[in-house]
Amino acid sequence: MAALIDKLEHAPARLICGRHDNRPDVLLEILHEVQATEGWLSDDALHTIADALNISRAEIHGVVSFYNDYKREAPAKHCIKLCHAEACQAVGSGALAAHAKNKWNVSTGGKSADNKIELEAVYCLGNCALGPSAMIDGELIGRVTSERLDALIERCIEESECE
Amino acid sequence: MMAGRSFKVYVPCDAAAISVGAADVAATIRREAYRRKIDLEIIRNGSRGMLWLEPLVEVEAGSGRMAYGPVADGDVASLFDADFLSGGSHTLAHGMTEEIAYFAMQERITFARCGVIDPLSLADFEAHGGLVGLRKALAMTPSAVVETVTASGLRGRGGAGFPTGIKWKTALEQLDDEKYICCNADEGDSGTFADRMLMEGDPFSLLEGMVIAARAVCASTGYIYLRSEYPHAIKTMRCAVDIWREANLLGENIEGSGTNFNIHIRVGAGAYICGEESAMLESLEGKRGEVKVKPPIPAISGLYGKPTIVNNVLTLATAPFILAKGAVHYKNFGIGRSRGTQPFQLAGDIARGGLVEKAFGVTLRELVDDFGGGTRSGKPIRAVQAGGPLGAYIPTRDFDLEMDYEALAKAGAMLGHGGVVVFNDTVNMARQARFAMEFCEIESCGKCTPCRIGAVRGKETIDKIIAGDNRTENLEILDDLCDLMTEVSLCAMGGLTPMPVQSAVRNFPEDFGG
Repeated sequence: MAALIDKLEHAPARLICGRHDNRPDVLLEILHEVQATEGWLSDDALHTIADALNISRAEIHGVVSFYNDYKREAPAKHCIKLCHAEACQAVGSGALAAHAKNKWNVSTGGKSADNKIELEAVYCLGNCALGPSAMIDGELIGRVTSERLDALIERCIEESECE
Repeated sequence: MMAGRSFKVYVPCDAAAISVGAADVAATIRREAYRRKIDLEIIRNGSRGMLWLEPLVEVEAGSGRMAYGPVADGDVASLFDADFLSGGSHTLAHGMTEEIAYFAMQERITFARCGVIDPLSLADFEAHGGLVGLRKALAMTPSAVVETVTASGLRGRGGAGFPTGIKWKTALEQLDDEKYICCNADEGDSGTFADRMLMEGDPFSLLEGMVIAARAVCASTGYIYLRSEYPHAIKTMRCAVDIWREANLLGENIEGSGTNFNIHIRVGAGAYICGEESAMLESLEGKRGEVKVKPPIPAISGLYGKPTIVNNVLTLATAPFILAKGAVHYKNFGIGRSRGTQPFQLAGDIARGGLVEKAFGVTLRELVDDFGGGTRSGKPIRAVQAGGPLGAYIPTRDFDLEMDYEALAKAGAMLGHGGVVVFNDTVNMARQARFAMEFCEIESCGKCTPCRIGAVRGKETIDKIIAGDNRTENLEILDDLCDLMTEVSLCAMGGLTPMPVQSAVRNFPEDFGG
């Protein structure tokens, strides 16, 4: 946390806080918006939010570290979330995660060496009758097979090469 | 095909339908119609809940709609060739949608409009019975509204099954100037998707229920706490709120009734525990989603210390029907103390997964076999988990259990939010028990020790049992730990995690080396 002391002003975060009248009760929404703009929550951004909302950096750290959605480091280019909850387990989500690890060398919770994809475990995407489910860069996909997953990951990798 | 005639085609915008290609199918139908110079209107409705048929394309055909599904992109041209716009026969045709047995056998109350209307058309909503309940409520006194809801026997659909009318009465009796209506749309239970389907397919019904609740308890501000895993529902609900504000169904002096009420949408950030009401209220205040000690109950001291109604999406969305048709009409559905209907969600390894709204009293066997059609994989069923990740694993020999709050509790199970997840005979119940503890370890808010530490120790103990290390002794330790977690955890997270664990041990001892 030493890194949180003495940081620079983060203009986008300041702007987003202002749009919400610098209200501390809207903190989750502010964090979502900053993350949507920047991809993650930097020390500078958190410092600026703390200052704008007039709450302590410790409080912000408490909130950010509590919720799974908030990222404290820059993410890979593409995010693949695989549902690991019971309904998807019942139709083979475990085998799918194992396949991803073997074929693409990415473990759940990790990133690929080239930083093109990251694999996250989520617990329920609300698509429990059409599992196994995945969410790739915000797009919900049902009845995922290992072949389908491969095709989707290949698409992600190709896209990151075009960027 | 008659020239100049316009056709109406329905392709769902529900997230589940989109997850298997509904958006592409809609685009392809549009292109194909353009190519064939056919004038057609595509309506993006909600889902009918027959999810194994998604994308389910419907065509307006005189007295009703004809169903075709599951439609893949590649089927579109052949559907046009078969003249599906006039109800032509095709291998994907299922006849009239509402005559499909799965649908015809249901009792749709809360989901009556879902999949039928254009979710964001206020005219469609009104044409199908929307706003009747609200207008009645606005003409009634708050206590009369509360009495109607109490008399209907409606209980909280989030899982706890607390009588809704009693909660509303408590909040009404508080004299504070500021009161809140908080809709819990943090539907985190695996195997459940009813809240999502309703918010995407009939969002106005939830808003109508919230305004009725506001009228009943004299609240002026409402929040919908919606999980971030539901981006489609978030988008739809935001649009719905804007439309209601424009129409003066939200805001100052709603429809000239003197009621002032506004609704704000707040998005969660990936924490299962925020489905617990006190954690959700903390989260709404911009804090860590930590559970609070009760009492005081939220109806007396909730959000910002003010009287607060916390109700699930389905509970609130059912209130309009009760107001419109009367408490007795609603109460006539169901058995015992479980009145009305429950939207059940069939999930996991099931042939016909989807949403089944039925009066309480339906058996698990009817749900899984008659509606669900057994497993999707074709393997025999070994167990179902009813009521989400904190619900019991039930063996097939107990499938005659009636779906009723009290009957399930007596059998060591629970209804929860109505999720039914089917597992085939390849499931290892010791692994499932271990996962229940692991899930609790991951999602515990950390406030109380039995949950925070118990989950970790529970997982470790099951690991020892799986490894064959002092099985008898470790099974005793596990049982003792489960009893402790049940008795002294602060909330249902730690308090109910033992339910899947102990039911797995009890019903499937062979998987624990017993």
